[in-house]
Amino acid sequence: MHSATNMPRFDTEHVIPFVDSLVLSANKRADRLLQLLVEIQTQYSFVPDQAILRLAEQLAIPSSEIRGIIEFYSFLHLVEQGDFQIHFSDSVIDRMSGSKVLIQQLCDRLGVSPGEPRADGRVTVSTVSCIGMADQAPAALVNGYPLTKLDSKRIKAMAQLIESSTPVDEWPADFFLVSNNIRRRDLLLAAPFQEGSALSHLFKTGTDGILDKLSRSGLRGRGGAGFKTAAKWQMCRDIDADERYVICNADEGEPGSFKDRFLLETCADDVIEGITLCGLITGANKGIIYLRVEYRYLKQHLEERLARRRDKALLGEGILDQDGADFDIEIRLGAGAYICGEESALIESLEGKRGIPRNRPPYPVTSGYMGKPSVVNNVATFFVAAWVATKGGNWFASKGTAESIGTKLFSISGDCRYPGIYEFPFGLTISKVLDECGASETQAVQVTGPAGNLVLSDSLERKLCYEDLPAGGSFMIFNKSRDLLGIVKTFSDFFAHESCGFCTPCRVGTSLISDLVTRVHSGHATQQELDQIQIIAEVMNTSSRCGLGRTASRPIMQALQQAPELFTHRGETG
Amino acid sequence: MSFILDGKNIPFKEGDTIMDAALNADTYIPHLCHDPEFVPHGSCRVCLVSCNGRYVSACTQPAVDGSEVESNTEAVNSIRRELVAMLFAEGVHICPACEKSGSCKLQAVAYYVGLLTPRYEHFNPPGRLDASHPDMIIDFNRCILCELCVRASRDMDGKRVFSISGRGSEASLVINSESGKLGDSLFDVSDRAADICPVGALLPKHKGYEVPIGQRRYDITAIDGAAAREPVKKSGKSDD
Amino acid sequence: MTEKLKVATTSLAGCFGCHMSLLDIDTRIMDLVQLVEFDRSPLTDIKTVGKCDIGIIEGGAANTENIEVLQMFRDNCKILVSLGACALNGGVPAMRNQFDLNACLDESFVNGAGVVNPGVPDDPELPSLLDKVQPLHEVVKIDYYIPGCPPSAEVIYDFLTRILEGKPVDIPYAQIRYD
Ligand SMILES: Cc1cc2nc3c(=O)[nH]c(=O)nc-3n(C[C@H](O)[C@H](O)[C@H](O)COP(=O)(O)O)c2cc1C
Ligand code: SF4
Ligand code: SF4
Ligand code: SF4
Ligand code: FES
Repeated sequence: MHSATNMPRFDTEHVIPFVDSLVLSANKRADRLLQLLVEIQTQYSFVPDQAILRLAEQLAIPSSEIRGIIEFYSFLHLVEQGDFQIHFSDSVIDRMSGSKVLIQQLCDRLGVSPGEPRADGRVTVSTVSCIGMADQAPAALVNGYPLTKLDSKRIKAMAQLIESSTPVDEWPADFFLVSNNIRRRDLLLAAPFQEGSALSHLFKTGTDGILDKLSRSGLRGRGGAGFKTAAKWQMCRDIDADERYVICNADEGEPGSFKDRFLLETCADDVIEGITLCGLITGANKGIIYLRVEYRYLKQHLEERLARRRDKALLGEGILDQDGADFDIEIRLGAGAYICGEESALIESLEGKRGIPRNRPPYPVTSGYMGKPSVVNNVATFFVAAWVATKGGNWFASKGTAESIGTKLFSISGDCRYPGIYEFPFGLTISKVLDECGASETQAVQVTGPAGNLVLSDSLERKLCYEDLPAGGSFMIFNKSRDLLGIVKTFSDFFAHESCGFCTPCRVGTSLISDLVTRVHSGHATQQELDQIQIIAEVMNTSSRCGLGRTASRPIMQALQQAPELFTHRGETG
Repeated sequence: MSFILDGKNIPFKEGDTIMDAALNADTYIPHLCHDPEFVPHGSCRVCLVSCNGRYVSACTQPAVDGSEVESNTEAVNSIRRELVAMLFAEGVHICPACEKSGSCKLQAVAYYVGLLTPRYEHFNPPGRLDASHPDMIIDFNRCILCELCVRASRDMDGKRVFSISGRGSEASLVINSESGKLGDSLFDVSDRAADICPVGALLPKHKGYEVPIGQRRYDITAIDGAAAREPVKKSGKSDD
Repeated sequence: MTEKLKVATTSLAGCFGCHMSLLDIDTRIMDLVQLVEFDRSPLTDIKTVGKCDIGIIEGGAANTENIEVLQMFRDNCKILVSLGACALNGGVPAMRNQFDLNACLDESFVNGAGVVNPGVPDDPELPSLLDKVQPLHEVVKIDYYIPGCPPSAEVIYDFLTRILEGKPVDIPYAQIRYD
């Protein structure tokens, strides 16, 4: 584990050689810029000016553009953050578990203001959108390592460890315990995956055989859009190109979602085998796992898995001793931006740039990473694909509904007794899910994160499936004691914080909505302002360039439509 | 191949966007971040049109044979009006005190869509000017982030003087020079980037009032080229 | 129309240019006077607003007094009209919004070129300045907006006659200008 005191304090003499060695290891490729910046940030807790100028010179990129990239990503900084960088997870679930008080306590103990490095430059306490630990909230990262189930006692201990300059690897191990919290197993989680089984099937039945299984399994992307996976792989395979890429989207930025983190930690082999399978089917030689920086602590574990698989001829040249079956995987880190989960923004980010979504068409399957055909799939999609290749499409189709075949992993958090990972067949009602996870007095559920759907207690018989309520990763439960408008406000703030800022409706609209919702929440909004929210929402839905802007007004609009009484009541008291 | 734009037949060739085809047919679709000389950008969104009932940006959407495109309708213009109002609220646009007034595309599109009513609470960003260059001045609060100067400097002048920094509402134009000032950059007044800005953000010095207010481009001809602005009559009722 | 409509006007943080433009409608003001009666207005020198049908305001809100007057207009006028660039967007006075208020005061009264007797005026009679100059619609509900700096006599006249005749207000393209 990284040690805090080993972190060289920023020192002019070391910067240039360090940057040079990084540049060299990246073969002077400008598209590696973001990776280099993440390394420099990790080393110095910021990106020093000398490093920027050196990178600019070595990679022939204007320094203003490098600064522009640093200013885009939440984890990159232009000022020194110090030996201890604490990032509190700031999702609605963390807040419900009391994170605000804990942040204040830590700040008070350390004598810092949130987001600002302490005067002695040793510690910074800040917040980030959601670190994927909603089942063990409140959570935070210290120098990239997750701290779970925080409470006042632990905050006090942390403050002492920081003040005594105790390196993070000497902190008590139980602070860093990340539980799997597997609560329900079905087809996919019932038994461990047989390493190499999917690949053997591939060599037995051929690519068409596997694509046929995937079609039968009805597998649709688990990252949100629900695109048919078999069709995507086939499109990529059938396009004439000299190079192709497979990209595993491990950006999991959806607040309340942690299924991808769980899979990477617990079922890494299944996922990697799925990626490899896709590479061999489409004819790509290279796979990339785009790992959100919040999950940086998993990088070493994944690297070890990759190395082991290379040793076993499950990865690299001549997979399973088949001639020409060459495919390898590299891990690249994100740098803190929800928008980089959007596939074209992710590709921009992989190319070392600000994560601005691209104009579409063309779609990544025709022109993706480096302009080459690229399959982008969610972690869970690759995971299911590996299983289906092994067990067959009919096996998977034994569960679920007509349009929503098989089972799905849910990240359940919030007001319930047993938060964690649940594998359910598609088509379950919300009330059944609530029963299973021990939720009571439920006021509302947010299905698929802030961009998904708000379901109030009068609609709990709705079903989780594409035919009714499309379900992504996150399932957040709010009981009757929760302030629904406060939750909506958290979501609106999230979108304003995460808009990439490229297009007018989303850049301006998310800020306007966040201000107006704040006013609604404090009881000061006028009818005119409520009308204005609806107009802005309409403009954002129709004219935004990507999915973020097109869905960012959903929380407030759904609250207005489904719970109008919340607003009239506010009006009277305000 | 052709499509119908507001009832008019617009021919197009393979690879054309809706905007390309419309411009070739001398038919106006509002746009701020588009210029046919540069790769399409798609950031301002005022080129929004409805294509077979789906809203798309005309400057980036490939034209489709036989499609029905609606542009100059109240449904579409009402969205554009809000988009323009958002740009006004976000920056600082005090037209009476702006040298670009009358030849500014933002203002002209606002006239075109009939924006009379200010809507949103102003963001009131702090003032940021760069007057370091002998021939040009930048008022960052008028910048609409169309990146035309970015593209012109990069793709035509080969200089990469401009770029965008930051994320979300913090996104802003930055200059590539050691000091971050235009005066220290490679920028030259003869660059293509020097006369590309659609608004009054990147302005030439010493020329502000060469053409008097009231006699400028969009004072005389509306941005769609068709409706000429009538000189303000001194007396008599205008027709209802 | 038996009873004349009552109209009040005022200038807040404006330059009276819009009022000058109103006067520019020349002899047609005589036609108007047939239809309206002016309440509080720089034209009548009445200082308080009575119950009115139409309130017309030029200028944005720059100080506490502006806010009071604006509230008073809103309370007393059935229809409130924002007239001119400053009322709509804050206009030239709002250029100070890009700076810190104290920095502006220092520049004007303390450090600026040619200042004699430096010192920020602090007479209690003076209304205090707002942190930012606000367009009217950010303070009260506004029913109609007439852009222009100043709006031409033509626009103002057309607008008023339309309102008086109970017709929908529709400013034609040729009359919209922000400068
Ligand atoms: C704003 C935004 C954020 C997204 N975030 C993620 C994400 O974190 N993880 C993910 O797998 N897909 C995300 N997506 C969806 C991806 O664009 C893409 O559809 C997906 O990775 C495709 O994989 P799939 O077919 O396996 O679902 C996001 C989309 C949008 C518009
Ligand atoms: S909708 Fe939002 S996130 Fe998407 S491109 Fe526009 S500004 Fe960026
Ligand atoms: S840039 Fe255009 S819209 Fe902005 S103040 Fe100048 S003239 Fe007005
Ligand atoms: S300065 Fe002008 S050309 Fe450049 S991005 Fe801003 S508005 Fe566009
Ligand atoms: S002109 Fe198409 S988005 Fe700007």
